[in-house]
Amino acid sequence: MADALLTLEGVHTHIGQYHILQGVDFAVPRGAMTVLLGRNGAGKSTTLRTIMGLWKPSRGKITFEGREIGGWATPDIARAGIGYVPETMGVFADLTVRENMILAARAGAPDAARLEWIFGFFPALKRFWTHPAGVLSGGQKQMLSIARAIIEPRPLILIDEPTKGIAPAIIDNMISAFDELKRGATTLLLVEQNFRFAEALGDHAVVMDDGRIVHRETMAALAADTATQTRLLGLSLEAHG
Amino acid sequence: MVEQDGATAAGGAPEPIPAHRADYLPILLVPLLAAVALPLIANPVTWITLTIAALAMGMMIFVIASGLTLVFGLMDVLNFGHGAFIAIGAYLAMTTLIPLADWIQADQLALNLAALGLAILVAMAGTSVIGWAFERVIIMPVYGQHLKQILITTGGLIVAEQLIHVFWGGDQKPMPLPTALRGAITIGDVAVEKYRLLAMVVGLAVFVAMLLVLNRTKLGLLVRAGVENREMVEALGYRIRRLFVAVFVAGSALAGLGGTLWALYRETLTAGIGSEVIVLVFIVIIIGGLGSIGGCFLASVLVAQVANYTGYLAPKVALASNILLMVIILMWRPQGLYAVVGR
Ligand SMILES: Nc1ncnc2c1ncn2[C@@H]1O[C@H](COP(=O)(O)OP(=O)(O)O)[C@@H](O)[C@H]1O
Ligand SMILES: [Mg+2]
Repeated sequence: MADALLTLEGVHTHIGQYHILQGVDFAVPRGAMTVLLGRNGAGKSTTLRTIMGLWKPSRGKITFEGREIGGWATPDIARAGIGYVPETMGVFADLTVRENMILAARAGAPDAARLEWIFGFFPALKRFWTHPAGVLSGGQKQMLSIARAIIEPRPLILIDEPTKGIAPAIIDNMISAFDELKRGATTLLLVEQNFRFAEALGDHAVVMDDGRIVHRETMAALAADTATQTRLLGLSLEAHG
Repeated sequence: MVEQDGATAAGGAPEPIPAHRADYLPILLVPLLAAVALPLIANPVTWITLTIAALAMGMMIFVIASGLTLVFGLMDVLNFGHGAFIAIGAYLAMTTLIPLADWIQADQLALNLAALGLAILVAMAGTSVIGWAFERVIIMPVYGQHLKQILITTGGLIVAEQLIHVFWGGDQKPMPLPTALRGAITIGDVAVEKYRLLAMVVGLAVFVAMLLVLNRTKLGLLVRAGVENREMVEALGYRIRRLFVAVFVAGSALAGLGGTLWALYRETLTAGIGSEVIVLVFIVIIIGGLGSIGGCFLASVLVAQVANYTGYLAPKVALASNILLMVIILMWRPQGLYAVVGR
């Protein structure tokens, strides 16, 4: 794809002796949201971790902004401009919300205006600013994890199942936040099981199964195609509408 | 990481601010141990003297152990070679003090302290450089492999002790205290040795400085974050290895400082000083909770209390009683007094 920000070509990843990713091919178009869907254990989280360099690809090519980043060290990949919200959220529980944000802002103190913008979506973070992140609820930790990834503008953000176990009101705020990011020309790659969420935000859909990409189309087309959903994801809009 | 339950109140009603419960319970162990020891020791003056000795010894152990607990917390590295830095630091300090004998013997506190300061500086500079090299040559090749770490770092300790024999000889060396720091200050019936006070002041200063760095600087925040979740620190764009080298070098320098303080405390020095202290140091970092500076500080005091009380009551079981202390504490809190979240 000509206007892809990130491309994976034939990416294989081994974890120990297990061959998890078995030739993953897809492109993430610039300025849009690509949703990576698939059953549990399909290899979605492993794909994001491989992009971040947390697993080293054993074969294949990962290209970000024209540079091949496969095999780079994780900090260098982050510095190239990729933000990451892991499935486990990865908040530093012993540090306060503020300290978590200080570390997330590499360039210096967190920008006050951008912080206020984030507080607009996630007001709990302002309230708990000086509290250890360990006391936050699951949803609030998720907000913090997202806030860390977006406190400085990054060209690409990888987000792994942000809605897992999160209350609907917070999900609505997440939708607004990601929507504004998208309009601000941030590219997003989202792993999601919540189809309503995926449908509300996604422009492109990529479906994985058994460590491979098995389907690509626009999100709108997939949303309309119940048969494919049932076949590939084992879900239907009725169940998730 | 633990799975989070995502239950959260809906955005409308503000959720109650969760109480941030500070965990003071382990701190109570210090007065508890002292209270248990009092009737056994019977003589209150002896009891106070032993308790003060314990505080001084605890501070010295803390200075030595603090770097090691962070090294483990940050990179899961078990470094028995830490004992080598204790010994080398002490020997470097002793060597520095030889030409400064006049300053040491002068009955002037300023000259005495200047001599000690210089010796400590040399000890810390030397152990920093050696620590840096040790990390590159010995530790780096065995990242993530505990068994190899134990073997190779213990090997490093043995080699260092042999090198000390080669350079300094195997005999016991005197490590005289400066004149103004000899003797005791008497308060009522209690004699407090001056040097113990100095050791306490130095240990406390290191503790406070460390807390300031860990809580007030970005470097310190990164260390604390890295102890919790190394991967995430890297995913935020920080090179954890550089951070680790910095911590390792600082920890080695502190071991050099601690070794110097310890040798002055004993007033003698042998090549085995490192292996002698390292056992207590490992007990301390395990009791405290690996990676926790607060836990390390508290555990240092507890271990020194047990060492001093039993050293007086039943010297033969002094080390065994510290192992017993470790077992009891681990039965109460399997991760140590202050477990680091996410480890
Ligand atoms: N650390 C690991 N060690 C071994 N196998 C793993 C590890 N992480 C994931 N896997 C395996 O890789 C496969 C894909 O996992 P994952 O990428 O987490 O799936 P998804 O995110 O799509 O649910 C699963 O079969 C899982 O068991
Ligand atoms: Mg997953």
